[in-house]
Amino acid sequence: MDTLDLARWQFAVTTVYHFFFVPVTISLVAITAGLQTAWYRTGKEKYLRLTKFYGKLFLINIAMGVVTGIVQEFQFGMNWSDYSRFVGDVFGAPLALEGLLAFFLESTFIGLWIFGWDRLPRRVHLACIWMVVLGTQLSAYFILAANSWMQNPVGFRYNAERGRAELTDLWAVLTNKVVLVTYPHTIFAAFMVGGAFVAGVAIWHLVRRPDVDREVFRTALKLGAVIVIASGAGVAISGDQQGKVMTEVQPMKMAAAEALYETEKPASFSAFTVGTLDGSREIYSLKVPYLLSFLATGHFDGEVQGINSLQEAYEQLYGPGSYKPNIPLTYWTFRLMIGVGMASAAIALWLLWATRRGRDPNRWWIWLAIPLPLLPLAANCFGWIFTETGRQPWLVFGLLPTASGVSPGTTSGEVITSLAGFTVLYGVLAVVEVKLMFRTIRGGLAGTDAASGHDSPDDAPEQKPLSFAY
Amino acid sequence: MELTTVWFLAIAGLWIGYFVLEGFDFGVGMLLRVLGRHEPERRAVITTIGPVWDGNEVWLIVAGGATFAAFPEWYATLFSGFYLPLFAILVSLILRGVALEYRGKRDDLAWRGRMDTLITIGSVVPAFLWGLTFANLVRGVPLDASYEYVGNLGDLLSPFALLGAVAFTAVFVAHGAIFLALRTTDDLRHRANRLASRAGLAAAVLVVAFLWWAQAIRGDTGSVIVAVAAVVAFAGGLLANRVRREGWAFIGTALAVGLAVTSLFAAMFPAVMPSTLDPGSTLTTVDAASTPYTLKILTIIAAIFLPLVLLYQGWTYWVFRKRVTVEPVSVA
Ligand code: HDD
Ligand code: HEM
Ligand code: HEM
Repeated sequence: MDTLDLARWQFAVTTVYHFFFVPVTISLVAITAGLQTAWYRTGKEKYLRLTKFYGKLFLINIAMGVVTGIVQEFQFGMNWSDYSRFVGDVFGAPLALEGLLAFFLESTFIGLWIFGWDRLPRRVHLACIWMVVLGTQLSAYFILAANSWMQNPVGFRYNAERGRAELTDLWAVLTNKVVLVTYPHTIFAAFMVGGAFVAGVAIWHLVRRPDVDREVFRTALKLGAVIVIASGAGVAISGDQQGKVMTEVQPMKMAAAEALYETEKPASFSAFTVGTLDGSREIYSLKVPYLLSFLATGHFDGEVQGINSLQEAYEQLYGPGSYKPNIPLTYWTFRLMIGVGMASAAIALWLLWATRRGRDPNRWWIWLAIPLPLLPLAANCFGWIFTETGRQPWLVFGLLPTASGVSPGTTSGEVITSLAGFTVLYGVLAVVEVKLMFRTIRGGLAGTDAASGHDSPDDAPEQKPLSFAY
Repeated sequence: MELTTVWFLAIAGLWIGYFVLEGFDFGVGMLLRVLGRHEPERRAVITTIGPVWDGNEVWLIVAGGATFAAFPEWYATLFSGFYLPLFAILVSLILRGVALEYRGKRDDLAWRGRMDTLITIGSVVPAFLWGLTFANLVRGVPLDASYEYVGNLGDLLSPFALLGAVAFTAVFVAHGAIFLALRTTDDLRHRANRLASRAGLAAAVLVVAFLWWAQAIRGDTGSVIVAVAAVVAFAGGLLANRVRREGWAFIGTALAVGLAVTSLFAAMFPAVMPSTLDPGSTLTTVDAASTPYTLKILTIIAAIFLPLVLLYQGWTYWVFRKRVTVEPVSVA
């Protein structure tokens, strides 16, 4: 493998890994803030206990999100230096904004929240967690604006002399029509993960320890399920809009998502296909007529361009070469995203129905506890792999081919070192993290009531909050 | 002033912020097992940086992001050229961050011991490697005409760079010990104070040697004055530490770190990456910069938000200003 392939693998491994933690952080911090607000408003202890319990799980998760995020930022310079030279003028701005506006906010107020339980007035302490929520939202918006610019470059001019893209309109970059649909879709998708996580943990407790804190975990289960269902609807609506924008700005990606070789009007959507997907021969395919036309254009008889005609058009525009992404990969990841993610919404719907009016779960439900959050998490990964590999062979669509972005001076030995290093390290950390999660989940609500969390009752007040964390 | 100069100063400022703040975090991490003789003490040591270390680390992230935005060419050359040291820094920061956050999540002394080891390693390695990196920035590295790094790892390991690495590490130990003396009580405080005096002397010798050599390689009158001021501030800090004025001592070492880093940037300017091959392939602020439009926007944003950040980070230190005492803990 050459440096390019290694660098791509490294980017894929480290970004997907970063994105295991990001959706959980984005949603769980908001859910925790909501629970704490409920406690602040109603004074009911169950909300306080849930706040502390899920808050602790959130902290375990965000630690990983933070440390893997730094790798992302360094990586652009380390492995993709020519890319950085090409895009820095445009792409750097949202990234710098993210750091200045979002990361400072997040990291500072998280410290205040963890250590401030008894030291800050209740209102101020509550405001701290909401500041963290604000930070995660800003962070997501800016990084998605950066990514959307790679999907659909706007607000720039190409400077041939210096061989780089130059920003002419920051506002255009921040209101790129791609980011306007990507941001809600990604946030809703994140809330599916968080809701499912809250519900999954609650199921585990209700089944394993039916007589301990039953009421509290029933609340959590329902809350989680409602969040999954509501965000599932949000994901479907925003995803539909995304499909239309994508057809406009990257028609090849839409054609690849369906493995549609010849232009069709109207076009049908295949739920799955047995066969080779190379356009030559299809053994079996389950088709829903008109659906692809609707997804792509908003009309049931709209025309959807096929891969072959797009390939010809691109050759005229950009010169000879292949402009097709990896078709089987885009085809299957697109379906898996929708299928696996929506499956979790269906399960959540069923859970809500099955626990209505005080009905208790039976022991078979334990088999849902772990898959429930993993389904939307997997859907997130599939969605991103679809989005990023569907952009190929471009790094910045229409401007910079992926092969031209890699660091010219970096040796494959260096990339092998870092790729292997990160992979091993991330593997070990995953084990540590998951074990700690399970241990904390098993610990349940012990030590989350108003009085506990301190070593001895006669601690000086300013010492108390510290025991919450270290 | 030229916007490119403004942004050179801004980025220097971000690095200064990073080293002043994370400098004592690193020091505290390195001293964790030296000054913390048992669990309650170690916990107190960690608690002094608990609420703030993550916010301090963001200075690094923003320094990186701002370099990407304002000087893409600098970012590209620096990060790809210093590949392996940066990889090692990343790995150590990951281990350190995870260990800091996970340490207290289990009531198990063996677990905490392992985390403490990781915190120590994760503090020594980045301190050392940042010293190596900055020394090399001043000394210059082999760059070709397209500003691409053409050396290998060996080129980064000159005696001067190694001296820089050791000097950074020693200064952070002293800075961290003084911070601990400021933030703890009783026995722990006294031991931190004594350790700061001893480590401070060694650090002072190394710093004088390193700054001297750095100014000899690439200094001008301005940068020499700043370097001297850094040494004076460090000496002042150590003196204040001797007479147990911990607040002043901390101000002294914080100033010393800030001024020392300033003197390195001042020595480089207007170069951001001097080339050792051909003066013509030295990368300067102007070669590396983004367009005036981008720099203008960044300036407006930074002018609004950086003061805000300083305000709320400062508030955090105020909220947690009480000294940390060693508390008995019950762990298995
Ligand atoms: C729980 C996760 C989840 C679920 C259930 C869905 N998605 Fe999704 N989708 C994502 C999670 C996701 C994602 C991981 O968040 C992506 C990757 C990039 C992005 O913007 O969101 C994504 C990307 C993405 C894209 C690509 C955008 C681009 O490349 O520019 C499209 C067209 C859709 N989605 C459409 C849909 C539709 C029509 C769905 C069905 C109802 C759907 N998604 C369900
Ligand atoms: C967070 C979710 C994301 C995931 C899961 C993800 C996933 C991936 C994957 C799988 C690749 C490899 C593509 C290939 O080799 O064909 C890739 C490449 C890349 N992505 Fe993303 N990505 C994400 C977000 C982003 C964002 C937000 C950015 C920009 C800010 C970005 C920038 C890049 C770059 C520079 C490459 C390398 C070039 C390439 O191989 O295409 N990604 N990403
Ligand atoms: C490939 C591009 C990406 C880069 C360069 C990047 C960079 C970073 C960095 C440096 C951090 C650590 C911040 C800290 O120390 O507080 C971080 C954390 C975070 N990132 Fe990313 N990130 C990327 C992709 C994404 C995407 C696509 C999203 C959201 C949609 C996202 C959302 C977050 C959030 C919410 C955090 C907070 C902590 C956590 O992840 O658990 N990131 N990221």
